[in-house]
Amino acid sequence: MSIWEYANPKRFMDWTAPVMRVAFAVAAACLAIGLIWGFFFTPEEARQGSTVKIIYLHVPSALMAINAWFMMLVASLIWLVRRHHVSALAARAAAPVGLAMTVIALITGAIWGSPMWGTYWAWDPRLTSFLILFLFYLGYIALWAAIEDADTAADLTSVLCLVGSVFAILSRYAVNFWNQGLHQGASLSLDKEENVANVFYIPLLVCIAGFVALFLALVLLRTRTEIRVRRTQALLARAQRA
Amino acid sequence: MKALLWRDLALAVRAGGGFGLGLAFFLIVVVLVPFGVGPDRSVLALIAPGILWVAALLAALLSLDRIFALDFEDGSLALLATAPLPLEGVALIKAFAHWITTGLPLTLVAPALGFFLNMQPAAYAYLLVSLAIGTPALSMIGSFGAALTVGLRRGGLLLSLLVLPLYVPTLIFGAEAVRRGVDGTGAAAPLMLMGAITLGCFALLPFAAAAVLRINLR
Repeated sequence: MSIWEYANPKRFMDWTAPVMRVAFAVAAACLAIGLIWGFFFTPEEARQGSTVKIIYLHVPSALMAINAWFMMLVASLIWLVRRHHVSALAARAAAPVGLAMTVIALITGAIWGSPMWGTYWAWDPRLTSFLILFLFYLGYIALWAAIEDADTAADLTSVLCLVGSVFAILSRYAVNFWNQGLHQGASLSLDKEENVANVFYIPLLVCIAGFVALFLALVLLRTRTEIRVRRTQALLARAQRA
Repeated sequence: MKALLWRDLALAVRAGGGFGLGLAFFLIVVVLVPFGVGPDRSVLALIAPGILWVAALLAALLSLDRIFALDFEDGSLALLATAPLPLEGVALIKAFAHWITTGLPLTLVAPALGFFLNMQPAAYAYLLVSLAIGTPALSMIGSFGAALTVGLRRGGLLLSLLVLPLYVPTLIFGAEAVRRGVDGTGAAAPLMLMGAITLGCFALLPFAAAAVLRINLR
């Protein structure tokens, strides 16, 4: 039996129901532990004072904003290659979640930037590329909403997602060229020594795990809703014909 | 391919609308800017390259929906799709025709409008070169966007929402080239990067545009 059988809508509904419940539980637990730990039981940073604590919302949401787009890219590719409807619906379901993550990252960044940089907004490369990512999400969602035929919409948005990804990466590096950054370097990386001290690092990891689980749970919930909507429409259409 | 190019050019010139309209729009935007920011000549000189680039971009955007919409409505796009010429070639030629009717005139007129905005003399050559290299990319990206929204009844607004974020890298390098040319810090790097974007767009986007056209014609 191949992995693609799980993409059958009926089977998908079966196996995602428990997975979604677990994901919601993990998200709630991780976010509760991580945020309470981060907000109340970590010391204040020497220069930033208590404002450092916004990192527990800012970094995970920024991470998920990018990963959500990446997930949409993978789902779009699967739809274009294998024509699994669930894949297209998952890409559609992920877009508003990714949009929300982008907005959270932008707003928490602005709130932190006000005392630290002395401004809510600066035309810094990272900030600007996030604003551009926000626009990409808007365009993607608007295109989904504008087309009536479901398969056409899935095809067109998939191609837009592929082309948009290339241009999003291009923009990301083009803005580096345009203005020097105010934003600090990467907080987390896999290959370098971490920039964040251990006291802050461990609750941050818990929060990231919570955001990943939350994203998974929300996308599954929305995908399941989309599948149910499709099924209802099919039933209604059948009833009308009869 | 040549026949299609001539047909598109002839349609653009004879049917009116698209051809002169883009230029008029470009002129109006540039005339409006001093009303908005005040007549201070030093301020105008500072922002002139950026304003001209943004105005050129908007003027190019204005005529995008004409690339495929008219042919889609009267059915000639369906004929073109069944013609021996591959749809990729059609998308390429249509983008090229769009550039000749909007990008090229905009490029040629831009220095004259730079004069209105009190642009520094050093910037004229850079503006001309950067627009000449950059506007083909705008047309090609735009024809992809136009192909994407061709089946929609009110696609115009959506088209700009989809296409404008894709214009960001071109705009950055274009305006940056003029700025660096004026400062004397070397405009070669942004010009080369912009050339790379233009060539990459012409190499890859016809395939994407043809793919979405096929979906829309289905």
